[in-house]
Formats: sequence, C-alpha cells, structure tokens
Amino acid sequence: MAIRKPPITTREYWAPGHAACAGCGPAIVMKLATKAFSEAMEEKYGDPNAFAIAHATGCMEVVSAVFPYTAWKAPWIHVAFENAAAAASGVEAAWKKLGRKGKILAIGGDGGTADIGLQALSGMLERRHNVVYLMYDNEAYMNTGIQRSSSTPYGAWTTTSPPGKYSIGEDKPKKWVALIAAAHQAPYVATASIGDPYDFYRKMKKAASVDGPAFVQVLAPCVPGWRIPSEKTVEIARLAIESGLWPLFEIENGDFYNIKFQRFPKDGKFKKPIEDYLKIQGRFKHLFKRPEAIQELKNQIKEVWRILGKEVELL
Amino acid sequence: MAESPFKADIEKVQKEYGEKMTPGAIVYIPGSSVVNKTGGWRVFMPKFDKDKCIRCFMCYTLCPEPAIYLDEESYPVFDYEYCKGCGICANECPTKAIEMVRETK
Ligand SMILES: Cc1ncc(C[n+]2csc(CCOP(=O)(O)OP(=O)(O)O)c2C)c(N)n1
Ligand code: SF4
Ligand code: SF4
Ligand code: SF4
Ligand SMILES: [Mg+2]
Repeated sequence: MAIRKPPITTREYWAPGHAACAGCGPAIVMKLATKAFSEAMEEKYGDPNAFAIAHATGCMEVVSAVFPYTAWKAPWIHVAFENAAAAASGVEAAWKKLGRKGKILAIGGDGGTADIGLQALSGMLERRHNVVYLMYDNEAYMNTGIQRSSSTPYGAWTTTSPPGKYSIGEDKPKKWVALIAAAHQAPYVATASIGDPYDFYRKMKKAASVDGPAFVQVLAPCVPGWRIPSEKTVEIARLAIESGLWPLFEIENGDFYNIKFQRFPKDGKFKKPIEDYLKIQGRFKHLFKRPEAIQELKNQIKEVWRILGKEVELL
Repeated sequence: MAESPFKADIEKVQKEYGEKMTPGAIVYIPGSSVVNKTGGWRVFMPKFDKDKCIRCFMCYTLCPEPAIYLDEESYPVFDYEYCKGCGICANECPTKAIEMVRETK
C-alpha cells in the first residue's frame, strides 16, 4: 500500500517518560511546537536542529526535567519563573555574536507570561530579539496547585478564586496577552488552540520563520485544573473555538486593522453554545446556578471580539 | 515491525547513565526520560483495529507522550511502555478505530 506522508515531521524533540498527567494539553503543545520549529529551521537554514529552548518554571518545565533525566531532545535551559524571555534574549544575542544561525524558543505558562514574566516579555519584543515566545495557556498556576492567574477566565473556579455565597469564582475578565504582544508591533503574533492542532502547527512554523520576535498564545486544557476527563482535552479546546470563546487570529507588525481570523463564521454567528464548552468542565459547574454570570462571561467575550473588529453572536 | 523512534535513546541511557550530580546540574543525554516507563500508570488501554484506520494521523498528532509512532505504511503503532491510557486518541479518531478497554494486569 502506498505510504502516506504525515502532515507533521516524524523528528521528535519531546520524549516519552515525562511526568505530565495523562491527557495533559500542554504536553501536546510541547510536542507539536518543537516539531513545527524544526520544520521551519530546516526550511530556512537547512538545519532542523537550529534552535534552543529557554523554559520558565511551571508544569511543563517540571514534568520534563526531573533530574537527572530530561524529556527534551533539543538544547534546553531551565530558567526562573519570571525570565524565560530575558534568558532567551541573552541566548539569541550570544548566537548572533557567534554568527550561529537559528532561532530561540522561549516557553512559559500563563502565570509565567501574563503575570510575573510580562516585563521580560515586553523587553524581548521591544528589543526585537529573534525569539519566538510560546505561551501555553492552561488558565491558572497548575504546577503549584491551581491558583488563579490574570489569564484565568471570568467565572472559573480555582483554589484562590473559590465560588460560594459571596463569590462567583474568578471575578475579573481574562487578560489577553496576545493583544499586549501585538501592541509592541512585533512581526508576528497569533492565538491558537490544541483543538485545531494543524492550525497551531502552521502558526508555530510561521512564528519560527519570521525575522525578529514572535508571540504565540495557545489554549491547552489541564486535566486536574479544569476538572475534566483526560480524554476530553482536545475536544474541549475545539469547543472553545467553535463556541466563539477562543478567537483564533494573527496580527502582523501590530496592524490591528488587518487582523487575519481563522475558523471565523462568515455570518459572525457561532454555532455551538458557550454552555457546551462550560458544562464539561468542573471548574465552571457552579455557573449553572448563576445564569447572570454566564451572561456576563458572554458579554466579556463579545467585547473582546469587538476590540478585534468583529461583531459576533454567541449562543 | 516498525521500531520506536526512541530506541537508540533507551539503549544509550541504559548504557551510559549514572545518577551522579553533574556540574551545573547539566543533563548530558537528550531524551533520557525514556527510562521512566509510564505505561504502568494506565487503567484503560487503547485497542487498535487496523481495518478501520484511514491513516488520518490524528492520533499520531495528538498523543501527549508521545506513545504513538508510525510504521512503514504510516499506520499508527501504540507503544504500551509509555501510553498512559488518557484516551485522547480514541476520542479523536474519526473512524472509531481505537477503543479504550480496561486493562487487567
Ligand atoms: C519567583 C517565583 N515565585 C513562585 C514560584 C513557584 N511556582 C512555580 S511554578 C508556579 C506556577 C506556574 O504557573 P504557570 O506559569 O501558569 O504554569 P503551569 O504550572 O500552569 O503550567 C509557581 C507559582 C517560583 N518558582 N518562582
Ligand atoms: S497539572 Fe495540568 S498542566 Fe500540569 S501536567 Fe497535569 S494536566 Fe498538564
Ligand atoms: S491513550 Fe493517550 S497516551 Fe495512550 S496512545 Fe492514546 S493518546 Fe497516547
Ligand atoms: S485517528 Fe484513527 S483513523 Fe486516524 S490514524 Fe489514528 S487510528 Fe487511524
Ligand atoms: Mg498555567
């Protein structure tokens, strides 16, 4: 029988034996991001291994680097919670001085990016380092036991945003770091979701190919943190796209007037109810007794779409 | 039978690795996590029916470990040494060629 060519490279940079939970969304991100990176490096420099990784602490750093072992098959450095972008900038500057061709990948969670690493990220983008910053967004500080971050969505349960008589759970709107990154007029900024793995793959490849800094924010569900069954990780990330809850877009050079959208319905009407996305996640369970909170969440998402230049209808 | 892309790593770590502390905590063997056989975590096991498989690569693309690689004809091969039994492959397979069955050890 004829051999079919897989849509992603068979080179591996993320080895099994790591300690991520069964069904971990961010683990899928690590695997696909490095494969995409290597394809881009091969096409651009003729060397699939022309990259190195600086990784902020957080779940993916911890599960991949239990000393004396590593799941990484690429040069990789563990840095502190706050400075993946700064360390990556330094490595990139050193490579430049050495005349070494390639690109650096910085990885951080939402806590490491939206909160404590935001300043380092801003510096990296503003100084125009040739680095891709990958933010895997599982919407809370998972590694330390599910505390809220500024990227936690409105209404979500976390251990530091517990719902109850006087609380609906997280009470602030989600901070969209991709929009902050785009405001730096970075050559390439994109959002993605593991619910559309090949869209994510293409965007990582694009980010790795452009000259200068790029930023990719990818939605990656977390099994214990979202209180979901392990087999639903990808399905939930897909529902986030289909319900309109997770906009997929690309912004080049900070050009907010020419945003490219992916999987955007022509008529602006999303076909899946937001409730379909919420109801399979334990972290949103309490909202079903608080319909006004679900309405508020929908209003906030519509507002994000409006900022992106789109009037949408959500179910 | 196709070989795991990680076979060389497994052999290398087994041959060369001591658990001694290195200067700067540098880890010298890439992919050395392969010594941790995470298949022991599994409760449900993906059972693959080749006749139903259309080689869409979805399971291969999405396995978080990865514990799925491809054989010479691009069919998925399940590596039970590492598969944690999450069920994503079965959930995402468009033709239901993968079924999760409770494992008896
Ligand atoms: C300066 C500093 N403060 C706190 C910690 C403890 N810490 C380690 S990982 C982590 C949370 C990481 O959250 P996130 O970046 O969202 O990654 P995730 O674990 O969710 O993948 C925290 C608070 C630390 N390592 N360094
Ligand atoms: S806690 Fe969440 S992010 Fe961390 S390893 Fe488990 S599933 Fe992945
Ligand atoms: S059950 Fe999960 S870990 Fe096992 S092969 Fe399928 S996707 Fe991979
Ligand atoms: S997802 Fe199903 S049909 Fe597709 S390659 Fe895997 S087993 Fe075959
Ligand atoms: Mg997080």
